[in-house]
Amino acid sequence: MRPAPNALLLNIMLLAGVAGLSCASLMWGETRVMFAHAVADLLAGRHGAGAVIVGQLRLPRTLLAIMVGGTLGLSGAVLQGYLRNPLADPGILGVSGGAALGAVSVFYTGLMQVSIAALPLGGLTGALCAVVVLMGLVGRGGTLVLLLAGAALSSFAAALTALVLNLVPSPYASFEIMHWLMGSLTDRTFAHVWICLPGVACGTLLMLSAGRALDALTLGEDVAESLGFRLHGAWGIQTRIVLGAAVAVGSCVAVSGAIGFVGLVVPHLLRPLVGYQPSRLLVPSFLGGSMLLLLADMVVRAVTVGPELQLGVLTALVGAPVFLARVIMLKRTVP
Amino acid sequence: MTLLQACDVSLRRGDRAVVAAASLTLVRGRVIGLIGPNGAGKSTFMRMLAGLQPPDRGHIALLGHDMGRISPTLRARQLAFVPQQGEPPPPMPVRALVALGRLPHGQVNAQAARHPAVARALAATGLLDLCARPASHLSGGERARMNLARALATDTPVMLADEPIAALDPAHALSMMRLFRQQAGQGKGIVVVLHDLVLATRFCDELVLMDNGAVIRHGPATQVLDDDIMRTVYGVTVRRVDGAVLPWALCR
Repeated sequence: MRPAPNALLLNIMLLAGVAGLSCASLMWGETRVMFAHAVADLLAGRHGAGAVIVGQLRLPRTLLAIMVGGTLGLSGAVLQGYLRNPLADPGILGVSGGAALGAVSVFYTGLMQVSIAALPLGGLTGALCAVVVLMGLVGRGGTLVLLLAGAALSSFAAALTALVLNLVPSPYASFEIMHWLMGSLTDRTFAHVWICLPGVACGTLLMLSAGRALDALTLGEDVAESLGFRLHGAWGIQTRIVLGAAVAVGSCVAVSGAIGFVGLVVPHLLRPLVGYQPSRLLVPSFLGGSMLLLLADMVVRAVTVGPELQLGVLTALVGAPVFLARVIMLKRTVP
Repeated sequence: MTLLQACDVSLRRGDRAVVAAASLTLVRGRVIGLIGPNGAGKSTFMRMLAGLQPPDRGHIALLGHDMGRISPTLRARQLAFVPQQGEPPPPMPVRALVALGRLPHGQVNAQAARHPAVARALAATGLLDLCARPASHLSGGERARMNLARALATDTPVMLADEPIAALDPAHALSMMRLFRQQAGQGKGIVVVLHDLVLATRFCDELVLMDNGAVIRHGPATQVLDDDIMRTVYGVTVRRVDGAVLPWALCR
């Protein structure tokens, strides 16, 4: 038997990558700061310019890149494993659409003038409403019901978002909404981190708890159930996966907007490195997603010519060709 | 000792009775062949026996415990199930997929792959040479043997297999049926859905014949497969060679 791919080594390498890119993300920016001084100021509780830039601008942005990228990568891996569909991505649940609708409604009603937290809280409310509707629709239904319910929810949320865009009175507000929908981590604060964190933490734990069941599901639902996994029902695997992915992704979209391709591409790139075993793909996908978004966010900050490049646009620009290359490689290996 | 007992279990889908008051008793050391024409309800009955489909009526007991109340993990440690058509497997190595059979015992990854039950299952199904190959590269028959090996690796007293030899060549089909007999010889109880009546007659201690959802006859092959039954249930005439029943011609 060929030696099993060393998942531990891969995780250590990815973790080191996340740590390295996090440091780079804290150092990187339009304004040059003495990083060591800024960190010393931060640790000493002094409020120098460098400490403010690193601690209040770059640190929340870095933490959000880790959480949002990680969540998208992990939920992509979990959903692809659960649905046995390599095209599944976090948007398939329709919760991203719900979060976007919630945030867009905040723009429309002008509530975002009230507080900086109004926009992400609106997104979170939209995401949680979508989760409740999704869970109600899916019930004890199987994967087909889940896919159809997600598609219906996603279409409905997109239609309502388009309606809001249609009705919005000012072109400036319309531009703001379009800009937000493209996804970004610019100007995010610790308020955004705290809004995002509970959903990401709970959702991640729920998704990670399904790892062994995902392995069993590689041979079909009947085999997984015969191996002792309860797939359906109140605390079945489907509930854990759908609830976990929906809550985590909804929380992320609420603070960052829709960022595509991370959840689709990252699991695809890492799958061969873990021997195609779904449970071994989960942690690497979280770390890989974090790395990808940290890197993309630094590139966005580095591009200073013209209007600011949105993060979601960059991930799509990079993700689509990477995905195409993966498809071509797959075509060559399939007998 | 009774390992698995189904008493008058029924299941309706809409107006149609998919399984109608079917009963079966599996004792240690026996191989039961579940036979019948396409659409007779065999696979649904097997899913009910495996605890995957609760009956509308009737009662199923696994080692004396009510199937509806037994925990899924405990059930998985007592009963292994090979479904009729598995999904196309991922490109994971064969050994890793066979080792999934150790999941009910809480063993995963390398610990599971090194378990002696996995090596025994690979050897018994003739997959030792293929154990490093990606499962997606296996032929249909090799996949069927891998699914059986996964069930054997769990090492349960009861094994249910739904058409496990449908994709196998004659040598491997014979080998699998002999394997079932060996497993029964070690004290296990096995229910196997078969369409090959020759192998069913040769290797099963008892046949259970289903038609239109009901068990219409059960017992030794010689009693179950008489000419009238073959004509009315299968619509064929038969010839008998050394006690084996050979479907010979259509009589409808």
